[in-house]
Amino acid sequence: MYKILKKMQLCPIVYLIEVEAPLIARKNKPGQFVVLRVHEKGERIPLTIVNSDEKRGSITLIFQVVGKTTKLLSKLNEGDYIMNIVGPLGKPTEIEHYGTVVLIGGGVGAAEIYPEAKAFKAAGNYVIGIVGARTANLLILENELKQVCDEFYITTDDGSKGHHGFVSDILKQLIDKGVKIDLVYAVGPTIMMKVISNLTKPYGIKTLVSLNPIMLDATGMCGVCRVKVGGEIKFACVDGPEFDGHLVDFDLLMARQRTYLDEEKKILELYEKMEKS
Amino acid sequence: MKSSIERFKRTPMPKQPPEVRIHNFNEVALGFTPEQAMNEAKRCLQCPEPKCIGGCPVEINIPLFIKQIAEGDFDAAIKTIRETNNLPAITGRVCPQEVQCEGVCVLAKRNAPIAIGALERFAADYELSKGGPKVDNIAKKTGKKVAVVGSGPAGLTVAGDLAKLGHEVTIFEALHAPGGVLAYGIPEFRLPKSILNAEVNYVKKLGVEIKLDVVIGRTLTIEELFKMGFNAVFIGTGAGSPKFLNIPGEELNGVYSANEFLTRCNLMKAYKFGEYDTPIKVGENVTVVGAGNTAMDSARTALRLGAASVTIVYRRTEAEMPARAEEVENAKEEGVKFQLLTNPVKLIGENGWVKRMECIKMQLGEADESGRRKPVPIPNSNFYFDTDQVIIAIGRYPNPIIAQTTKGLKVNKEGLIITDEYGRTNIKGIWAGGDIVTGEATVISAMGAGKKAAKDIHEYLMKL
Repeated sequence: MYKILKKMQLCPIVYLIEVEAPLIARKNKPGQFVVLRVHEKGERIPLTIVNSDEKRGSITLIFQVVGKTTKLLSKLNEGDYIMNIVGPLGKPTEIEHYGTVVLIGGGVGAAEIYPEAKAFKAAGNYVIGIVGARTANLLILENELKQVCDEFYITTDDGSKGHHGFVSDILKQLIDKGVKIDLVYAVGPTIMMKVISNLTKPYGIKTLVSLNPIMLDATGMCGVCRVKVGGEIKFACVDGPEFDGHLVDFDLLMARQRTYLDEEKKILELYEKMEKS
Repeated sequence: MKSSIERFKRTPMPKQPPEVRIHNFNEVALGFTPEQAMNEAKRCLQCPEPKCIGGCPVEINIPLFIKQIAEGDFDAAIKTIRETNNLPAITGRVCPQEVQCEGVCVLAKRNAPIAIGALERFAADYELSKGGPKVDNIAKKTGKKVAVVGSGPAGLTVAGDLAKLGHEVTIFEALHAPGGVLAYGIPEFRLPKSILNAEVNYVKKLGVEIKLDVVIGRTLTIEELFKMGFNAVFIGTGAGSPKFLNIPGEELNGVYSANEFLTRCNLMKAYKFGEYDTPIKVGENVTVVGAGNTAMDSARTALRLGAASVTIVYRRTEAEMPARAEEVENAKEEGVKFQLLTNPVKLIGENGWVKRMECIKMQLGEADESGRRKPVPIPNSNFYFDTDQVIIAIGRYPNPIIAQTTKGLKVNKEGLIITDEYGRTNIKGIWAGGDIVTGEATVISAMGAGKKAAKDIHEYLMKL
């Protein structure tokens, strides 16, 4: 059982929780994730570790409410317990001095680039942050990212804040302006990572993406997270979750992510019905 | 003295009828009544030089416990079994007895070996019905600490044996439930979780602590375990990484590794989706590739989930199937179809979901290194059939996490940890056993390896 030490609502659909998990906090490096199970009959879902505090023995997770599991998680309060958390899983990001690093976070992906931004900055990189959301009140970690990044851009699909358009527009502008970019690191909806990777490919800009396929055990045991990278099958949980964006078969990933859409909808409806009665 | 006719007639195991059991996940084999057990036990010839003991990887004194059952002394029988086997309710259910103890039974020549597995199970279930095994004979605390990585059959055995000898044992398990393959792999209808839990509880009662949600190699490394004060480490992480066919279309939706399919159902209880949150798909026409126990388990699980038709596709013949004979028999009774001498070459999809399979017919050629005749494709024999779910059950690789994160640990080219006959790895203080050393094998052989290692670890610890 893992105690929730702190809980904050970052926007109408995104929550932050700090959870007691000393062993994971001690080991965690940027780019890694945990798998958690909220209750005895719950499913296992992966979540990126956004921050870890070795002294407090805690990790911070940020999640968007999309289905039953994240909804249940959002109902837990400070002092409540999460049934199981295991990690840190996946390979950490190889943090190096590249030069100029552009970090792109779409939606809740903004949370996932925060630890990367800190680590790349600490390694001496010039860090440019670009975050995008559907609309202004869904933006998260704006101030935190602004503080770490040397340059910081916001985009919204509806133009309610920052650039009216997509994160890829800003990246394109930077490239067109002649900014020498040594690494692009993108996390967000799969379609966004695809667009970014397609954009940087002709310029030969190294692009890393952090993939979010369906996972089950997340220790390399089940293979549900298999993705095609450079024509080869890889398990995102142990070989990733980061891969070279220019080699990833994003269309396949998007198809596989849709496997359980019907069931996810059904279980959420069942839960909402039960909640009402 | 029993008459010779009865002597050569095995007492059949009572089972749920096929038409009933394909609609539930309850155990198929119901177990002997005391009367059936005693009758079966009385068939034993009590050979002066029994072969059965040598056929058992943990060398249970089989003739003795069978004699005790025949005499109606079930308490003595289970005591005999427990002297060398910590998990009899499990092995009585899942051991491939036909190639072990029962395979070498003299009566096997008359096609009627003593039902040793069923009798072992009977004795173990009798004990569980009386409140479970007694915890006694635990040696004085030695003050020595042992870390066991993985809570499958090898890990549980090592842990149980060392705890009995007075050592302080901690098992680290990556998943949220103990048991390893017994929890995620073997279905409820073959090994009920209540049985597994009872056996795990016994190991806990011996004083073993089980820490769940810890991935050694990620959460903690083996090096750190030594720093934390453990004097010895046993690695029993099993063969958990699924093999795929590496044919086109394997990434389509509706294609599962058997590990995924079974883990969803067994560990996550997806067969109770609605009450439990983990989903699972079941097709109309399910194809399972492979013919080991995992393939049979997958096929029979698919039937129970409501598949209209389930077909096993296997590239050799029935004689070469690695599954336990009883499970093949059960699968047949339940209506699983067998497409033998057939190998898939391509999966064909529609809108991202698997819809058809292209196969090629095979014939058996020369014997290969495993001694089995090697299947060879028959040119131009390709054919197609419709299938909307494919479960790949062709084996598992060792999980690479420990090897990748333990500096200097010697593994072979398949990634299996190299040990000597006592289970010692090349690093002092580290032992390994079970599937992570042998590649995929049986529950009982993993337990046998655990026993050997425990003995050696004990000697090592007492010299420290």
